[in-house]
Amino acid sequence: MMAFLKLLFRNRLAAMGAVVLAFIVLLVILTPILPLQNPDITATADRFKRPFTDGHLLGTDHLGRDLLSRLLWGTRLSLAVGVAAAVLAAFFGSAIGITAGYFGGKVDNIFMRGVDMLMAFPYILLALAIVAALGPGLMNALIAVAAVNVPFFARNIRGITVGLAGREFIDAARLAGMGHTRIILTELLPNVLPVIIIAMSTTVGWMILETAGLSFLGLGSQPPQADLGSMLGEARSALISHPHTSVVPGIMIFLIVMSINLLGDGVRDALDPRLRSGALSRPLPTTLVNRKGNIPQPTDDLLAIQELETQFHVGKRIYKAVGGVSLAVKPGECLGVIGESGSGKSVTALSVMGLVASPPGVITGGAVRFQGEDLVGAPYEKLRQKRGDRVAYIFQDPLSTLHPLYKVGQQLAEAIQSHHRVSNSEARTRAIQLLKDVRIPNAESRVDNYPHEMSGGMRQRVGIAMSLANEPDVIIADEPTTALDVTVQAQILSLLDDLRRERGLAIIFITHDFGVVAQLCDRMAVMYAGRIVEEGPTNSVLSHPLHPYTRRLIACVPELGEGRRELAAIPGLPPVVDDLPPGCAFAPRCEKVRDECRQGDITLDRSGARAVRCLYPEETL
Amino acid sequence: MGSYILKRLISAIPVLLGITVIVFLIMSMIPGDPATAILGSYATPENVEKINRDLGLDKPMVQRYFIWLGNMLQGDFGRSFSLNRPVLDEVLERFNATLVLAGTSFVLCSLLGILAGVVSAARQYGFADKAITFTVLIGISVPSFFLGMMMILLFAVNLKWLPVSGMYAIYGGGDLPDLIRHLIMPALALSAVATGVIARLSRSAMLEVLRQDFIRTARAKGVRERKVIMGHALRAAMVSIIPVLGIQAGFVLSGAVYIEIVFQWPGVGRMLVDAILTRDLLLVQGGVVFVAACYVLFNIAVDVAQSLLDPRIKT
Repeated sequence: MMAFLKLLFRNRLAAMGAVVLAFIVLLVILTPILPLQNPDITATADRFKRPFTDGHLLGTDHLGRDLLSRLLWGTRLSLAVGVAAAVLAAFFGSAIGITAGYFGGKVDNIFMRGVDMLMAFPYILLALAIVAALGPGLMNALIAVAAVNVPFFARNIRGITVGLAGREFIDAARLAGMGHTRIILTELLPNVLPVIIIAMSTTVGWMILETAGLSFLGLGSQPPQADLGSMLGEARSALISHPHTSVVPGIMIFLIVMSINLLGDGVRDALDPRLRSGALSRPLPTTLVNRKGNIPQPTDDLLAIQELETQFHVGKRIYKAVGGVSLAVKPGECLGVIGESGSGKSVTALSVMGLVASPPGVITGGAVRFQGEDLVGAPYEKLRQKRGDRVAYIFQDPLSTLHPLYKVGQQLAEAIQSHHRVSNSEARTRAIQLLKDVRIPNAESRVDNYPHEMSGGMRQRVGIAMSLANEPDVIIADEPTTALDVTVQAQILSLLDDLRRERGLAIIFITHDFGVVAQLCDRMAVMYAGRIVEEGPTNSVLSHPLHPYTRRLIACVPELGEGRRELAAIPGLPPVVDDLPPGCAFAPRCEKVRDECRQGDITLDRSGARAVRCLYPEETL
Repeated sequence: MGSYILKRLISAIPVLLGITVIVFLIMSMIPGDPATAILGSYATPENVEKINRDLGLDKPMVQRYFIWLGNMLQGDFGRSFSLNRPVLDEVLERFNATLVLAGTSFVLCSLLGILAGVVSAARQYGFADKAITFTVLIGISVPSFFLGMMMILLFAVNLKWLPVSGMYAIYGGGDLPDLIRHLIMPALALSAVATGVIARLSRSAMLEVLRQDFIRTARAKGVRERKVIMGHALRAAMVSIIPVLGIQAGFVLSGAVYIEIVFQWPGVGRMLVDAILTRDLLLVQGGVVFVAACYVLFNIAVDVAQSLLDPRIKT
């Protein structure tokens, strides 16, 4: 509770709302003992006095009554009526909701049908009908407003109750022989109450406004008694000649509603954990760049990632997701990048085209060179022209990576049309051809499918087709086969391999699957905690791993036909990258660790095609 | 699609019946002698007898309901005693004016709200976002009737840009430009709150969508940012915006009652308030049933729009 209040008041706007509201409530409570004039005494000689005249701080109304006094008494009435309506609505709505939710079945059905009917009305029609039947008057307006809001409470509370009614403690109470009434009052109600109170706090402003509205229409409080709405309604006839009589109550309603809104927003934000972490920010079109240090010189590789550093800045924490990674591919080459989840391999891949979500992602060092040209910090338009055209991505989980509301043909066509001036019909023809290229049967009809109408393997092929749309030079495939079953996986891998040989494209293949690397890649790199720990030709690395981590990783892989053997899981978890210890990041989990491993940076030692970041490698280089 | 629309229309029948039942039940809460309540206290004995016969007030309630319903289905909503004309004629005529006002406001708040929300999300934490968030906060806190009054003071009385009230000028008006001049202020005042609500919702829906993987895919394809926002993201966000548009339409229709009073707009809302104050209950009853039925049909249109947008909805 304290944490909640703290969170609430850290929100400056919510705190402001709370202060304004508290001030108004205090004024209203003190109204009877404040030295105010009688709000109902008319003095026609003094009518329409302007504000700040003697004896009348806010002036007088059309009958010469003191506006300040009327304002405070009116506010008092409005607040009281609004709160009373909220309590009434909450009481009856919750009673209906709890009953419907607890008993379920027919009771639920009948109650909720009724509630649905009530919700089919625009709210004011219902309120007007009730007032029409009961006759104008403040009490009747209160009943009308409460009745109109009952469905809202009934719905919400029913939802919560249904969830609770199936829980064990309710069953336990039932088995203990408690009656329904007692279960509802002692077991259910305490759990539902906080929700009721929150729902009340978010709707009370609304109900104050609604009762004021009815009074404004002349259907609520009747003269001489006045609430804010009827004050405004009476002042309307003198709006043009004496605007202050309208402005005063109007501003009061505005202040009340706004402060309640601010407070309500604050409560909602404080309760919604997603907003709490500040996670609800949208990624910019390109990753932010804030490079310190030297920018590495160009090489003759097709695509070179050079000493790349990518971090996530969350609040005061800095997660070094990628800490100085260098990788390169030549045309027709396939490089496998392997590592556990969280090792930074996907972030490395996304950094290439500036696709790391930002905020919180920031590229803080190094370079990414395509044909020698640095892409880090390149202007957006330059980057965009390369994206999908020269360097294309294949993502994991094509159900979430394809747009659910566009046909796959449209999505393929768009990939082409983003880079080439091509007519729609031609783009469609090319899209069908692409689907054929990735061996999707009935491409002509599949092109008009939505992603949800396809199977997982099919969608993944669409993802691959999309990456091929502009015949790129490099494809970065981020675990494209993880979500698929083995036979589909094999098909997709051989498809990629064919394409590589036919079109001479370079592939960076990110995976945690050694089998895939062995099948597809010429070279491989192993990542751990944001750095490369080992690199070399695939066969050589797999047969003679140098880094203890690589060896242990390979030992984790079960092999078919080997019979039962103990799989050597690596104890412990990969480190969190916001506070890496000095030295080797694998040290805490390494069997061969020595003191030197924990001191100072360990370099990536290169010898011929192999490289390893370890002081005591399995075999000497 | 045709069969889906038909299915939705059929499913509306119980809702429409429910509406008539609820209105009937509310009206039967009237204390005292219903005939006098309906006709007012100056009713002649013949009239009291006539309405007792017409509505079958001497009969049991269930039977009375079916008589009333049967009459309505034949287009007979009864006769307004204060206006001395059939209720349906009056309601239809007034509803026309309300439709012009509420319809304009609805289009306004949908367009402005979504646009503001999209800009706000695309420029999150930027100047535009802060300015929009602040305006929205003010917008949703001002009671529409107060906003309307202040607009009259500023634009009609002080600046003299626009007419104070009414739907057409009394002399020489009556054409479309005249209507538009009269429509600007009430439509804006009526749409303010809904615009704010829609802007807020659109902003958060856009922020939610922009974090999705398919947006990253679109960017990875090299789709231009404008198209990523206005195409990919907005299209997906519309799935959660459209139902709220339907709800807000109800609020716009409700708010029209206040705005019609403030701006002397000859709509159905003002008619209802006048009818309540003159205790013309048949007019209230007929007006409420008619407008509520229109709202139900409108919500079906919203559902159909939603199913057109989202192919995942089974039609």
